[in-house]
Amino acid sequence: MREVAVIGIGISKFGELWDQSIRDIFAEAALSAMKNANIKKIDALYVGSMSSGLYTMQEHLSSLMTDYIGQRGAAGFRIESACASGGSAMRLAYLEVASGMSDIVLAGGVEKMWDVDDGSAILATASDQEYEAYHGVTFPGLYAMMAKLYMHRYGLTREELAQIPVISHKHAVNNPNAQYPFEITVDTVLKSSLVADPLRLMDCSPITDGAACVILCPLEMAKDFTDKPVKVKAVGAATGTIALHDHKDIIRLDAVRLAAERAYKASGLSPQDIDFVEVHDCFSIAQILVAEELGFFSFGEGGKALAEGQGTYGGKIVINPSGGLKAKGHPVGATGIAQIVEAVIQLRGEAGKRQVNNAKFGMTQNMGGSGGSCVVHILEAL
Amino acid sequence: MANSQRYTREIPHRYRLEAQKFKSGFVSLSRRYVDPETGEQEYEKIILKGTGTILTYTVIYVSADAFSKQTPFVIAIIETDEGARLTAQVVDCEPEEVRIGARVELVFRKIINEGHSGIINYGYKAVLI
Repeated sequence: MREVAVIGIGISKFGELWDQSIRDIFAEAALSAMKNANIKKIDALYVGSMSSGLYTMQEHLSSLMTDYIGQRGAAGFRIESACASGGSAMRLAYLEVASGMSDIVLAGGVEKMWDVDDGSAILATASDQEYEAYHGVTFPGLYAMMAKLYMHRYGLTREELAQIPVISHKHAVNNPNAQYPFEITVDTVLKSSLVADPLRLMDCSPITDGAACVILCPLEMAKDFTDKPVKVKAVGAATGTIALHDHKDIIRLDAVRLAAERAYKASGLSPQDIDFVEVHDCFSIAQILVAEELGFFSFGEGGKALAEGQGTYGGKIVINPSGGLKAKGHPVGATGIAQIVEAVIQLRGEAGKRQVNNAKFGMTQNMGGSGGSCVVHILEAL
Repeated sequence: MANSQRYTREIPHRYRLEAQKFKSGFVSLSRRYVDPETGEQEYEKIILKGTGTILTYTVIYVSADAFSKQTPFVIAIIETDEGARLTAQVVDCEPEEVRIGARVELVFRKIINEGHSGIINYGYKAVLI
């Protein structure tokens, strides 16, 4: 296997992009990534999208997107693993380069979520349709059941949980690509409307249109294209049960733990070596559970530690310098790649006011559904 | 929306709580072919008694459109006395009465109307006992 580097990144605006279609936002990100990498041609494209069919009635993104970024003829694949579609596309693009099959591969993700009104039913297709969604449970509802049990078992208070989105928004202020680059207070969270008790609107990541792309090539070729290649040090992927009720322990995310273990093993690194991590905080409680599974905090202690600021600048580890899904936005299929984009910006030292000092190793964690699939990447500054 | 085939093949578990008990003792309400822990493929069919305990729950205030007339409603993860896990609404009570650890019984109820010309969906819901 060859070593692989990221040589270019591109990201669209994140938000309610009423004037742009799914192909417009993908093209914006892809062309920007190709320009950033100084390349004109790609060998293959992997595009992650959770549900372009239900959101926009458009499938067959492999053909559509390669054509509309001027790469007709290149190999193209659309990858789906619910909210982990982007991270999955990254893993497969990485494998294609590492294996020697191709030299220049684009890994991208896109979701156009504001073309429909009843998005809840579409998101719920990532849960078990016959045994969960049939009974009316929503995604906020699934994570709310995790939050309820975590608070019951470990004594985390509603006020402590509210600190998580407050910190995310603080980080997003310094991210020009964020959907919500402004601060909120604990009071904003506690007074926002109930979505699924105990989760309120400000515990939930938003509905977002957006796309993100990165360009991969063999590490030995990377210097031909950029002065600041970022190495893809390791990837770990795993699956868990699709239904939350089938988790052995409702609040343990086995797929996340397995994916992280595999990435740590492949890289020879441990949690102490990681300088920052972009985690899949689709809901406030998710950031806590994931930070524990990744090994940054002991089980049951992550909630209070994060509420005390252990996940921000000056704490144990910087979590979601980008603002995370909560404040940067969560275009579902694009999120896994947007996390890679943030990691590359940090490892290049180009993050401005949100720069994590002396960042050497960055991790990304992208998760599908209520923990049914997970992809973890570790990237390294060279 | 489901057509009649998709709906009727789920009737055994939804109407009658037909489940599978594998050799290891693992019980699944969802139709499976393999015991996820042991890999064993042999099982016997059992009918769940319908009694169980709430492991966790939530009150849904914002739902998919098909459920919007029912909000707010309680959804719980329940472990039946046989050990099967399932997700179901908890009804005939105020949300404040629901607790982690509360005992429930599954009953046969209407779930939703699937639009004007769709199927009326039935299945299990839980009541406190």
